[in-house]
Amino acid sequence: MSSQTSLKRKNDPLSTSLYRSPKTRLAALLTPPMLWLVGIYILSIVLMLITAFWVTDPFTSKVKPGFTLDNFINLFTIPAFLATSARTLGIALAVTAICIVFAVPLTVFMAKVASPKLRGFLAVAVTLPLWAGYLVKVLAMRLTFAEEGFFNWLLNPVGISGPGFSVTTVIITLVYLWFPFMVIPIYSAVSQIPNNLYDAASDMGAKGIRTIVTVVFPLLKPSIIAGSIMTFSLSLGDFIAARFVGGSTQMIGSIISSNINLNPPVAAAFSVVPIVIVLVFLLLVRRTGALDNL
Amino acid sequence: MKKKLLASAAMAAAVGLALTACSSGSDSSGAAPGELKIDVPDIPMMESLGDNEGELNIVAWSGFVEPEWTDEFETETGCKVNRRVAGTSDEMVTLMRTGDYDLVSASGDASLRLIVGGDVQPLNKELIPNFGDDIVDGMKGQIYDTLNGLSYGVPIGRGANILQYNNEVVTETPTSWDVVWEEDTPYAGKIIAYDAPIYIADAAVYLMHHNPDLGITNPYALDDTQLAAAVDLLKKQNGLLSEYWGDPVAQITSFTTGTSVVGTSWEILRTLSDDDRMQGTLPEEGSTGWSDAWMLSSESKNPNCAYEWMDYTSTPEVNGAIAMNFGMAPANAAFCESSEEAAAHCELFNATDEEYFSKVWFWTTPIEQCIDGRTDVQCTNFQQWTEAWTTVKG
Repeated sequence: MSSQTSLKRKNDPLSTSLYRSPKTRLAALLTPPMLWLVGIYILSIVLMLITAFWVTDPFTSKVKPGFTLDNFINLFTIPAFLATSARTLGIALAVTAICIVFAVPLTVFMAKVASPKLRGFLAVAVTLPLWAGYLVKVLAMRLTFAEEGFFNWLLNPVGISGPGFSVTTVIITLVYLWFPFMVIPIYSAVSQIPNNLYDAASDMGAKGIRTIVTVVFPLLKPSIIAGSIMTFSLSLGDFIAARFVGGSTQMIGSIISSNINLNPPVAAAFSVVPIVIVLVFLLLVRRTGALDNL
Repeated sequence: MKKKLLASAAMAAAVGLALTACSSGSDSSGAAPGELKIDVPDIPMMESLGDNEGELNIVAWSGFVEPEWTDEFETETGCKVNRRVAGTSDEMVTLMRTGDYDLVSASGDASLRLIVGGDVQPLNKELIPNFGDDIVDGMKGQIYDTLNGLSYGVPIGRGANILQYNNEVVTETPTSWDVVWEEDTPYAGKIIAYDAPIYIADAAVYLMHHNPDLGITNPYALDDTQLAAAVDLLKKQNGLLSEYWGDPVAQITSFTTGTSVVGTSWEILRTLSDDDRMQGTLPEEGSTGWSDAWMLSSESKNPNCAYEWMDYTSTPEVNGAIAMNFGMAPANAAFCESSEEAAAHCELFNATDEEYFSKVWFWTTPIEQCIDGRTDVQCTNFQQWTEAWTTVKG
């Protein structure tokens, strides 16, 4: 009954006009996301970047419109600022490198060696921490690396003492936080590699490591880069880890967060640094051609 | 948006002009803070109260606005209390400038900025009958809430930044802050410091006693040389630290897990750590501290409810309840005589011990005009302190 009525139904004028005019169709499709992207996302970033040229009233710390390049010049002339940018870049690179080194063998093992049962267990083990809150994980690391914490309790008997709260601990914590973001894309790429490639490599006399380096790794490059974009940019912007497990470590995010209320122009100028670093990173990645395969 | 920007620009310009403040005529050795004259935007105070508006929006420290005492207030006055908890003074200043809030529990490092920025209005004390003789002497007419004879704040409570130590490691009560500042300290690598630009004043307090040649007489009035000396001391200290704390919970775990054994703390954090090893002391140099007061927004939409609240919370019972809950010395001394528990609380927090608090330099926004009365130099402002703080942490 109902299907009959729908068959007899007259064409919806809206659908008809959309069907006839591809341009309207495209506009209707793209307007909401473009409004979101331009209106909310890009506009707010631009507004913030404009603030970087403004000045702060020294007495009341109110921001007032003006034009000064001082905030940008300071980025390059104040040694503490340069050191902080370099340190943050170093931390992000280290986190990304460590994630890659751990993720490639793990995912090859998961996809090709492990039994289905073990594979399922490993997949859960890797992704489970994503379900815990970010702060909970950082505080867990804080308790682990405290002077009388788990790490020292475990290893002091054999004469090893932990890194305390330091840059090292920040790197360890960030690796722990972002590792799943590296594993997930690489795992999906590894599981798509046909098994006969391994057989072929084996036929040609390549052993395990050699196969990974010459066969698996080139095929994984796009997914490694996808994972790197996540771990690198997430580490670059982090400041909570530095605050809770960094001791006196200062990252770019620490400076931004401490200036966001006191001196918004400095915070805005500083937020350009990670944007530039990520853009350079993406340009370098693009050169390798890896983005084409994403 | 645009209108707001213009308004704040005009305001900032006005403040700039107003900064040609005249100095007090007193001798330079120690002008009383009350004599310092700084021109502020002319905002009229309320002359009389009207009907209660029905709601009240408060920015406060955690623990200042709790159902235990807001419920009664709501029934009595019909003003519904909406609370917004802020974590830092700077956040409070930012929130108050949105114009969405009526009251703020401002600390001394926020209040001067709010007054000079025209964000808060002078208070008519006659409309706050409970604001009376029982307010402890040390909290009356301080520079951070009283300017040019006008009162902008109703005192809530105060506390000192004490030196906390773990008596298992630091077996003798330290008599000096040198254990956290000097490079030969036995506790290098286990010292914790406060993470905020205002901590520069702690270095200044230390220098005031140990490097008299610098001529620091007020840790919130530092000229360029004095600020540089304080920053040098802080940079040296950076190498001795286990960590900086901004988050109170992080500070407690730092001490209880042995990561830090000595450093800056508040009496309430020591109590909360619930660890017998943690002891506190006020060393011979004295210390910095904080003093909080209710301040009324100049754009308040519910000023009548706000006055009701300031009066209600100035009663010994409510003021005491806030002080007990937050862990500080109450502003209203009458509370201390109300019960044995109250007396014990006042004893622990030195509520009426003016000699104790005479050694405490309450947080004050550093401004270009030297608040120690010097007129031959320009002092460093909070903006410069903020920048300097970033270089300390490197």
